[in-house]
Amino acid sequence: MTAIIEASHLSKIYESGAVKTQALADVSFSIKKGEFVAIMGPSGSGKSTLMHIIGALDKPTSGSYSVDGVTVGHLSEDNLAQLRNKKIGFVFQAFNLLPRTSALKNVMLPMTYAGIPKEERVARATKFLQMVGLGDRLDHTASQLSGGQMQRVAIARALVMDPAIILADEPTGNISTVQAEEIMKIFEELHKKGHTIIMITHEPDIAAYAERIITLKDGRIISDKPDGHKLWK
Amino acid sequence: MEITELLSSAVEALSLNKMRTFLAALGIVIGIGAVIALISLGEASQLSVQSSIQALGSNLLTIVPGSQSQNGVRGGLGSSTSLTYEDAKAIQASPQITTVAYVSPEFSRRAQVSTAGTNTNTQIIGVTPAYQDVHNVTLSSGRFISADDVNSINKVAVIGPTAAANLFGDGNDPIGQNVRINKIAFRIIGVTVSKGGSGFNNQDDVVMVPLTSAQKLLFGVDYLSSIALQAKNQNDMTAAENEVGYFLLSRHHLTDPSQADFTIISQADILGAVSSVTGTFTALLSGIAAISLLVGGIGIMNIMLVTVIERTREIGLRKALGATNSLIITQFLIEAIILTFGGGALGMILGTSLSFAVTRIINLPFTVSLSSILIAFGVSAAIGIVFGWYPARKAAQLSPIEALRYE
Ligand SMILES: Nc1ncnc2c1ncn2[C@@H]1O[C@H](COP(=O)(O)OP(=O)(O)OP(=O)(O)O)[C@@H](O)[C@H]1O
Ligand SMILES: [Mg+2]
Repeated sequence: MTAIIEASHLSKIYESGAVKTQALADVSFSIKKGEFVAIMGPSGSGKSTLMHIIGALDKPTSGSYSVDGVTVGHLSEDNLAQLRNKKIGFVFQAFNLLPRTSALKNVMLPMTYAGIPKEERVARATKFLQMVGLGDRLDHTASQLSGGQMQRVAIARALVMDPAIILADEPTGNISTVQAEEIMKIFEELHKKGHTIIMITHEPDIAAYAERIITLKDGRIISDKPDGHKLWK
Repeated sequence: MEITELLSSAVEALSLNKMRTFLAALGIVIGIGAVIALISLGEASQLSVQSSIQALGSNLLTIVPGSQSQNGVRGGLGSSTSLTYEDAKAIQASPQITTVAYVSPEFSRRAQVSTAGTNTNTQIIGVTPAYQDVHNVTLSSGRFISADDVNSINKVAVIGPTAAANLFGDGNDPIGQNVRINKIAFRIIGVTVSKGGSGFNNQDDVVMVPLTSAQKLLFGVDYLSSIALQAKNQNDMTAAENEVGYFLLSRHHLTDPSQADFTIISQADILGAVSSVTGTFTALLSGIAAISLLVGGIGIMNIMLVTVIERTREIGLRKALGATNSLIITQFLIEAIILTFGGGALGMILGTSLSFAVTRIINLPFTVSLSSILIAFGVSAAIGIVFGWYPARKAAQLSPIEALRYE
């Protein structure tokens, strides 16, 4: 299988005034097309930072990174926008919904930038919100939703463009076990259909859905192995 | 994204942030409204003053007794007794004076005027027939004072429409009726057409009587309060001033103009003096307008900058979901344009209706100053657009994550 994601020697150093924080230190890995990967590690170990770089939302301080053989560091701003819009579906740890805007409109937003006609946008957004169990909350604004509901809107928004790569930063962090299982079922479905999924989680139960687990500590990969649970299945 | 999409999403963004939209638009409305109202009112009052001075008569020179002294000590303007009816007759008769068309000797003073039922205090003007020509008086009914009235010291009066209404009530024909001026009965022979003057020089609230009757019967004087002259045409004004000036000097046995016991005022002098006053007034209004514009502008700026954090996050999110920088900047620009143009239109309506209402109430001609609209609109549009666009451009240059974390 070909690698869809290639990261080599990624480092990220945050500088705020005199304080330097090394969030990532020389991280290299490759992820094959269709893989389902979990990223684990203690809080502050650099998981979100890595995910943002993979999602082309932030730039590494050094190192290079490519998607589908294209080096992301060489892309123009407009090509980056297109990459984020078409290839990558991102579920933020902090949801990041537009406030005062309905769930439906939030989910429609990426399709607006893709130039999809309005009727189709409404139909698809409705379908995906129904899929995450929010069919009766279409017109609720972000502030009228619970944490778990906001998370599910964020997931619907990440999936609505049918992206090849799904990046989810703790997609089950705010929801009940039952709902988490439903979300993981959706992810498994997508995995079966050939989508590449990378998911950050603290919970071993959730990580168990993945076929490969990368563990970070202090900005370095300390282990990268197939999920034992899956091996014995 | 198509333009209609961009427009509708801009409108949506504006309606989602009602408070921000309202406050920013308010700054624009007030800035533009105040400038238009104030400057239009200033111009309207200037116009009104000019037209009421022009209504006094054209090519007009006025001779008043007293000198225009350098140190301001010698007798106040118009208070001395140096001008006489004989002076006026001499000017009229002199073969040396070729540029003057009409000579109107006048004596005016306020007096008590009464009818059977009413009593009012009005300007009484003693006139000769020339008054009608010099001051463009037209009659709505009856006739004007004739030479015969002046010669025979007749007890007749021509009355202005305001005075007529005060004395006889609206709609009653005063012709042939009597009024008592200083207890002497005068018969009304004519009513003038309204000149529409207001305030400082109401030419409708007057009673005109033969000059001789005013001097001998009413006030017991033998001097004039002024002689009004009409030059034959506009270009003769200076020549007329000189001819009459030197003629009167020699008639009064004076040798040089610094000793003159009279002063000649041209209409241009009055217009100039009054214009400089109203000009100051307009400048003052413009100053207030500029301050309103500044305050409005700061209001717009504040509200735009206060929402920068929220908007920067919004931009980060939009970028993360695939919006290009140019799209984001266009969207924000459209928002700012809708806001400033919408607010601007409201401000124009507000300013124009305000100045319309005020001009109606205080009876001024209604004008709207185009330059004030352009300046006010330009300034607030520039502020609105720059402060809507600049933070958006800055935010769009950040990476999506930097923008999402902005604070
Ligand atoms: N914008 C920033 N400026 C400075 N330091 C930052 C910034 N973002 C992250 N960091 C630091 O980088 C390190 C890694 O942060 P990151 O968010 O990647 O952790 P994480 O593994 O996702 O943690 P968690 O599980 O709590 O979400 C932390 O020490 C954090 O303090
Ligand atoms: Mg994190």
